[in-house]
This record gives sequence, C-alpha cells and structure tokens, in this order.
Amino acid sequence: MLRQLSSKSVSSGLVRNSTRSATSISDVFRPKKYGGTYTVTLIPGDGIGAEVTDSVKEIFKAENVPIDWETINVTGVGNKTEAFNESVLSLKRNKIGLKGILFTPVDRSGHASFNVALRQELDIFANVVLIKSIPGVNTRHKDVDFALIRENTEGEYSGLEHQSVSGVVESLKIITREKSERIARFAFDFALKNNRKLVTCIHKANIMKLADGLFRQTVRDVGEEYPGIECKDMIVDNASMQAVSYPQQFDVLVLPNLYGSILSNIGSALVGGPGLIPGCNIGTEYAVFEPGCRHVGLDIKGKDQANPAAMILSASMMLRHLGLDDYATRISDATYKVLADGKVRTADLKGKSSTSDFTRAVLNNLEKM
Amino acid sequence: MASRMLFKRSLLQASVLRNSIRHASSNVAAYNGKKNANGKYTVTMIEGDGIGVEISQAVKDIYAAAGVPIEWEPVDVTPIIKDGRTAIPDVAIESINRNLVALKGPLATPVGKGHVSLNLTLRRTFNLFANVRPCKSIEGCATAYDNVDTVLIRENTEGEYSGIEHVVVPGVVQSIKLITRPACERVIRYAFQYAQSIGKTRVLVVHKASIMKMSDGLFLKTAQDIAKEFPDIKLESEILDNTCLRMVTDPEPYKPVVMVMPNLYGDILSDMCSGLIGGLGLTPSGNMGDKVSIFEAVHGSAPDIAGKGLANPTALLLSSMMMLRHMKLNEYADKIESAILATLASGPANITRDLKGTASTKHYTEQVISRL
Repeated sequence: MLRQLSSKSVSSGLVRNSTRSATSISDVFRPKKYGGTYTVTLIPGDGIGAEVTDSVKEIFKAENVPIDWETINVTGVGNKTEAFNESVLSLKRNKIGLKGILFTPVDRSGHASFNVALRQELDIFANVVLIKSIPGVNTRHKDVDFALIRENTEGEYSGLEHQSVSGVVESLKIITREKSERIARFAFDFALKNNRKLVTCIHKANIMKLADGLFRQTVRDVGEEYPGIECKDMIVDNASMQAVSYPQQFDVLVLPNLYGSILSNIGSALVGGPGLIPGCNIGTEYAVFEPGCRHVGLDIKGKDQANPAAMILSASMMLRHLGLDDYATRISDATYKVLADGKVRTADLKGKSSTSDFTRAVLNNLEKM
Repeated sequence: MASRMLFKRSLLQASVLRNSIRHASSNVAAYNGKKNANGKYTVTMIEGDGIGVEISQAVKDIYAAAGVPIEWEPVDVTPIIKDGRTAIPDVAIESINRNLVALKGPLATPVGKGHVSLNLTLRRTFNLFANVRPCKSIEGCATAYDNVDTVLIRENTEGEYSGIEHVVVPGVVQSIKLITRPACERVIRYAFQYAQSIGKTRVLVVHKASIMKMSDGLFLKTAQDIAKEFPDIKLESEILDNTCLRMVTDPEPYKPVVMVMPNLYGDILSDMCSGLIGGLGLTPSGNMGDKVSIFEAVHGSAPDIAGKGLANPTALLLSSMMMLRHMKLNEYADKIESAILATLASGPANITRDLKGTASTKHYTEQVISRL
C-alpha cells in the first residue's frame, strides 16, 4: 500500500517537457506556499554557481515570479559541514530547491561528495536530464532528443570502500530491487507522460551478472506493466559508442548511477555542453533542480564567463514542478530565443559575451514578449 | 621507536610489492620470441567464430603477399569444462605459451547463466593485464569527427570485472570492485613505456577518485608514484565525467596523450572512441601480458553474414599491425598499413558493406595486395 502510494506521487510529480497542465501532488508532499509565494532553498554552490544563480534571481525578480529565496551558501571547498547540514534542513522545510554544483575534493583525506550526500539524505532518487538539440546551437549531431533517468542514491556511489590489506582496496557497488524498481517505474511514467515510446535500460549485466542483472531484470519486469511502451536494453559500452555515432535512436534511457554520469556527459557534449543542459533530482517528498551535467566550473569562477542557460532552464523546470507554468514557459522561451538568435554567445559556445550579457539578453526578450 | 617499526614495515611491504612484479625496471610486456628453423616467427592464430574464418584468411593472404616472416599455427579455443570451470583446451594454451604471441578473431560467447566469457578466460589464463586501444580517423570512413587520434590503455584483470558478487538478502546485491597496487603499477608502468615507444609525452589517468576515494584513489596515487620513474613524461589526471564530455565535444586535445584507466572506464571509453572513428570494424586492439600478448578484433562474430564473403577484415588486419610492431617487424607493418589505408580511401567500390561500400572480403583483400 505504502509503495503504491509513493510510486503514485512520484509519477505525478514528474517534470514536463512542454505540457502546461498543473501537477497534482497530494497536499502532504506539496512545497509550502505562504501569502501566495513559495519559499525555495537556493544553494548557489561552488565555481560558477553564484554567477549563474544570480542570473536566475535577476530574471525571476524582473518577472515577479512568486518565489522567496532562502539562500544557503554551502561550499565543498574545505571541510566545514555546518552550512551543508543547514541546507539539508532548509530543503526539508521547503521541499524544493535550486542548486549549483558543490566541489568534491579528489584527495583521500577530503570529505565525501556533498552533492551525493544531499541526494542520499533527501532520497531524491531520480535524476532527470534532457538531452535535446537546441535550435541555433550547431553541433556535430542533429536532431538529438532523449531523456536520461539516472538512479541517484546507490550503485557505485554507495561510499562503501575499505582497504583489506595495504595495497588492496574493495569498493562496493550496491544494487537493490527496491531502488531499481522505483527508478524503472519513474522512467516508464516519464515516458508515458511525455509521449515517448521507448525505454532503454543501460547495463553491464554480461560482466556484473548479479548486480546489473538485477537492475536489468527489474526494469524488464516493470516494463511489462506498460504495454504501450517498448522496453529494450543495451550494454553500457555499446550505448556509449552508439551515442557518439547514432544518438537519434535513443528516447528514454534508464541507468544505474555511474553509467548515468557517463552518458549524461556524453549526451551533453552531443548538443552543446554542460552550459545548456537542465536537470533535476526528484524523490517522493523533495525535489532539487540543478544543471543536468554536473560541472562545477572552478576554473572560470568569478570571471563572468559562464553560460547561465543550464541554470535558467533548470529553474524554469522548477517552476513547472510548482505549477507556475506560465512563468516557466515565458522564461524558457526567452532563453531559447537568445540561443536561437545566436548574437549573445558565452565562451563555451565560442562567443565573447559574458554571463551578464546573456542575462540581459533574456531580460530584453522577456520585455518584448 | 614506533615510527621506526612502521618505517621498517612499510619497507617490507614495498619490497613484497616490488617482488610481485617481475622485471619492474625492464620493459613490461616486451616480446622475446625467436625465429624457427625456417627463419620465421611462429604466431598462434585463433580464427574464431562466424566471420572469423573469412577475415583470418584475408590476413593470411595479405601476409603471404607481403612476405612477412610469419608462420601461422591455427588453434581451436572452443571452451572445455575443467574442474567445473570454463577453460581453454591445453593444446591452445601450449601453443600460445610457446609462440608468445597470438592473433585472434571474434569469439561468440554462449549466452547462459554462469558462463564466463571466453575473452575473460583468455585474459585470466595468460594474465593479459593491459588492453591497448588506439583509435585513428580513417580516410574514406567519414564520421562526425575528423582527426581523431587517441590511445587508451585499460587495466584488464581486476576492478569491476573481479567477478566477486553476492546476494546479501534477496533483492540486495553487492558487487565488489577490486583495485590492487601491483595491478595498478603494472598497467600504469606499461602506459608510460608505451607513451615513450610511440613518442607521446603525456600520460593521462582517467578516474573517479572524487567519489571512489580509496579504490580510484589508489589507482591515481600509484600513477603519481610511477611517474617519478619517467621524468621525461608528464602525468596528468582527469575525472571520468570530464573526459567523456571533452572527448565527445572535440577529441583533438587527446592527441598528445596516452590515456590509462581502470577496467570498466577503459571498456566504456575505448568503445566510445571507436564510435568516433566509425565503429568496432575499424578498431585494432592488443592485450598485453607479462609473457604473451594476444591481438584481436573486438567486434562480434556477425553470424548473420558469416560465410557469405561480405565481412570486413580491417579490424583484425589493423590489430595484426600492432602485433607486427610489438614483434619489431615495423617495416612490414608500415608497408601493409599504408596499403590498407590507401584501399579504404579509394572509394566505395573497394570497401565492404558495413562501411557503405560494395566490395566483398575477397575483393577488398585483393585491393590491399595490389597496393603493397
């Protein structure tokens, strides 16, 4: 019963590509609204986070979007965890957030990824990334249009590692039927709601026969409940090869954690890079929106060079999730128009415009609409 | 006192580790074969299944025409069950151990529960620790990418392919990724030596140590240690996500580097690089071991076109070029390789159907021979 209830609310809380109808989440799970405005947790994050979330704030202010920001300045640089804990509490209160990427140190003494910890803490298990060719942004590949549904809370990111003896390390990948089932259900529901016809399960079950075998079998089992949607599977190395040679064959991909990371990066490169890809992480109770291809951009921090499109589009996804579809559509249309016109181009798209130039161009378009 | 003890212990561990790698200072995976009574090298040939027979014949024909001093010793590796485990027949093992080098066509892994893939069995039997995968754009085979020229070296024996998995309780599976320092050392040292041998000045470690701090961290740390042995080569590192993103955006910056990475990442990225140049039908591959090395075509056995004379032998041919260079028969490799590339560039009439051409295997082979 409980599982039924939760899977229902998950499926109804889905992001929409372009449809306009309001979402129908049961009230317990709704983000709180006081005096007609929603309070949204804002975690600008490290690297380019501050600049691109400033862009969102400016646009939302100009549009009078009924949102109050509760800003928490978390950073992954250094080892302080207070702000991180505060951000988790804030998200638990508000149930919805917009987030930049937090830096994760590579060295072994450094802390575990805050990004991963946040997703695990809030159990926002489904990462949705939309990979779609954008008019005006010319790349090597045309007419790409697929969605990645990535399991966000287990797999290779379990964080369970140990050293048996010096020089011998074991790292545990955990796959459970329960989590495989809910991500599979999410993927099929997503396909159903967005009028997509094919769900492909990406795996390496020929080698990891038990772990990836369980994931693949679970996706197949769930797929049988959706007779209108075709269910296929593909080995991850082949999928990566297919993605760079014939990406048009993909529709909805459902993947365990690590393969999701790999294919979202390949996918974003196909359509113009991480500066353009929106994304979100959704659970039964909470939703956090962040750029789909999670790059922190420490190297261009503070230089006013970053492309804010990914963050603006993630924010407009968030507005749809809140049922503020009119605002969402205006803002995303204005953003796509800047990209289509091609006059204002940030460095990632081989242009010379700044982050603030891009924001201004979006604002100009909004004024004319 | 305690710290001195600790120091002693770490010295001991270091020497244990050092001993675990034979000839640490000499060249890893060097070829030490001798010519036979006829003045030729004997090479084991595993023709493989499906189209394997046809593409192996193409290699033999071209080698005969080019006068390569090699005699082929064909063996069958159809698996047998030995003590309850999948194994290679002894005759095949003896042949490869004697000849030190083998060329292998595609093998069809029977699908079924608990069956270990034959490729994996071969790697384990001969301890083939490094998989070398160069990908170079080929004229006449256009893709969305020009000018690809990457070299990827994949750790081939452990990592996510350890095969250690278990069901903890029903519906909960643990799969263990195993990373050991000796295996890291060996493959990374090979990568540095390979970079030297082909004149590249940078080695790039691809990892995910931000998330897997201990396992990938060990791989990365080992690379930093090994790099000290090679002062003329620069070590760089990059997180897997970035490599995927940057490579697919533009492969050009990867030209001057040799990439080295743990097993799974290598598996995925090597196939992705193949995708950049037109697929597995054009990609060579070599599996290097302490004693023996096996060069192979990594594509499937294509049972649908087997026996019809339509198969593309390019991947096996290019793999055999890697083999010739490994055997220091570079002049033959250069000669045959330019004939292959000239044939591929000569238009659809001379290339096979998988490359949108019209040629049969036989016609393609003749065209290569005519350009020798």
